[in-house]
Amino acid sequence: MKNTTLILICLSAFFATFAQTEEASARRKTVPVVNLKDIYGNGVSTSTIDNGGKPIIIDFWATWCKPCIRELSAIADQYDDWVKETGVKLYAISVDDPRSSSQVKPFVDGKGWSYTILLDQNSDLKRAMGVGPIPQTFVLNGKGEIIWTHTTFAEGNENDIIEVIRKVVKGEEIK
Amino acid sequence: MALFPGRLKAQDFLKNAQVTGSFQADAALYQKDAAMGITSESINGQPVRMNGFTEVNYEYKNFYAGMRFEAYLPPLLGYDPSYLGAGVPYWYVKYKNDLLEVTAGNFYEQFGQGMTFRTYQEWTLGYDNSMRGLRVKFMPSKGITLTGVYGFQRFFWTPFQNNNRGIVKGIDGDFNLNDMFSALSDSKLKITIGGSFVSDYQKDKNMPYVIGDKAYTLSLPQNVACYGGRLNLNYAGVNFYTEYAHKINDPSKMNEYIYKPGNAILVDLTYSRKNLGIELKSKWIDNFSYKSDRSYSLNGVDINYLPAINKEHTYALSAMYPYATQTTGEAGIAGSVVYTIPKNSKLGGKNGLTIEVDFSQVNSIKKTPVNDTTPIGQTGTLGYAANFYSIGNEVYWQETQVDVTKKIGKKVKCIFEYLYQTYNKAVVQGHPEDPIIYSNIGIADVTFNVNKKLSLRWELQGLFTKQDNGNWAEGMMEVTISPKWFFSLSDQYNYGNSDASKQLNYYNVAAGFVYNTTRIQLAYGRQREGIICVGGVCRYVPQSSGFTLTVTSSF
Repeated sequence: MKNTTLILICLSAFFATFAQTEEASARRKTVPVVNLKDIYGNGVSTSTIDNGGKPIIIDFWATWCKPCIRELSAIADQYDDWVKETGVKLYAISVDDPRSSSQVKPFVDGKGWSYTILLDQNSDLKRAMGVGPIPQTFVLNGKGEIIWTHTTFAEGNENDIIEVIRKVVKGEEIK
Repeated sequence: MALFPGRLKAQDFLKNAQVTGSFQADAALYQKDAAMGITSESINGQPVRMNGFTEVNYEYKNFYAGMRFEAYLPPLLGYDPSYLGAGVPYWYVKYKNDLLEVTAGNFYEQFGQGMTFRTYQEWTLGYDNSMRGLRVKFMPSKGITLTGVYGFQRFFWTPFQNNNRGIVKGIDGDFNLNDMFSALSDSKLKITIGGSFVSDYQKDKNMPYVIGDKAYTLSLPQNVACYGGRLNLNYAGVNFYTEYAHKINDPSKMNEYIYKPGNAILVDLTYSRKNLGIELKSKWIDNFSYKSDRSYSLNGVDINYLPAINKEHTYALSAMYPYATQTTGEAGIAGSVVYTIPKNSKLGGKNGLTIEVDFSQVNSIKKTPVNDTTPIGQTGTLGYAANFYSIGNEVYWQETQVDVTKKIGKKVKCIFEYLYQTYNKAVVQGHPEDPIIYSNIGIADVTFNVNKKLSLRWELQGLFTKQDNGNWAEGMMEVTISPKWFFSLSDQYNYGNSDASKQLNYYNVAAGFVYNTTRIQLAYGRQREGIICVGGVCRYVPQSSGFTLTVTSSF
């Protein structure tokens, strides 16, 4: 048992290192291909996530997650300006399970949000992207490459997101 | 370079691959607390405990593989002690193209809304019923998805051997008519239908049973089938969804070994447009627990998923009495309205105002005896009879909730919440001697953004009830320095407890650090006894005192 544990820890460490060298390489990560649902119950592949060469925000959230709602509300206050300025498009990926997934559309409309909503009812995309606690936010450049990600939300984080997007639009390097 | 084509390929395999993953460790140092009655016996002489996992996913073109390593050494208080140990409960290899997806190993899958089949994992609950076996998804043409699953479910660390639990097989078809038929492709009416069939094989152990002084042997069905159908209609802002499922006789510890078939139906109607969302739903469940081990009655090996109909709460006091689905039978309704009064209107002011109203109620179903001599629920019989959609008189749960969210100026955000809850503790928690708990709950949550980096948040909550532990008050203050630091201080005070020695303060101090996708939190304080529910499963958390450290990271 102990030996197996040790081997597995080494293996995980190997994978983690591997992941870091991967990040250091020229090729950046992209969104894994996973089948989700849209708010009409239709199957949608993540390969359709697209914004015609302009930046994309992917935000994992749920109707029961208070910090997620604070984040999406803070962005909603400025979203029209962001779109005008940078052409950005926000995909809000709901990880609500069947208990609350039917609530997602009326909730989003009721809040007056104009994001593109996709349902990840069994956390398939959440798992594939290595997302732990929500909210977690990703910024993609025009080529669909993940260039920035952040977990949790603190008031003011929305300013960091738009700063990153402005850099993407200008073609600046993101650290 | 051309001399080493094999080596080049291997490099390509590494270079063009993508690795993602996540890591979490929850550790605790529990301490004795005389006021709470916590002694070293109540923590089993093991004050240091840890739950942890690392999950890694690998992706190369159409090929995917991954695994999760878990360790519970020993599990935190409140998690099932059966988790003690470490190992790899989850691994998979998957091949996927536009037509076909084949997974070998562990997988999570959901048919429809999960009434016949759903495997999932909730780390915070310590719940994992993943399947290990084979899954095939076939997408022969646009709008059609066929899924087949075959395997057995995870049961902590217990290997599958000698038929110690069931073998689960299932098929599901999902059909989007607008995609399938060109005549409907431009229709404003969107139609999706689906159906599933699931079967669980569990070897009959022909259980002996005694009624009075007579000995019987229960002949248990080896194959239990469960099937269902679903329909989704969408037209402009209106969406209608319904799902019905039926299960053949499935005597189990959950239903006291009765032979009655089970039924469940869900109906959901929503309407929404910009700034307004309305939902009405109803759920009726009759004898519908479905597990791949009929002798197991705790959290685990569920084949289907029956979440509670009411809204999930995250504030400490509104979540004190959480409802959980009664799989032996319940009739529930729920409704909600979310409305945002637009910006720059008379009522909405400069920033607008969001109002949310929710209502939910769950009753028993009407059960009648199958004949004059058999009491309701008698083991080894049909148990009872129930008309479809019958509603009984006993209230299990009722809740009315009003929420107002308002932004004042540019710096202040407020949420005010009022709830009235009726909680049948005797039924939900299985304590027949307990009275029904009626509680009024008020919550204020105010955030003040001092500047672009610094924000303060306060919570003030009160729960007022004459039953159970009486009144509670909660206060919390949080300081966040974006994007890296946060600190919080909170206290829950059970000032209304009729037993003066139990009028305790459950204080908590926490500090945390966030860097990109890594979050570290250290907390010290007391945790009150309670129940945490996520989705369809609830977990009892015993009271505790001490330090907790949580580290999460993803890559």
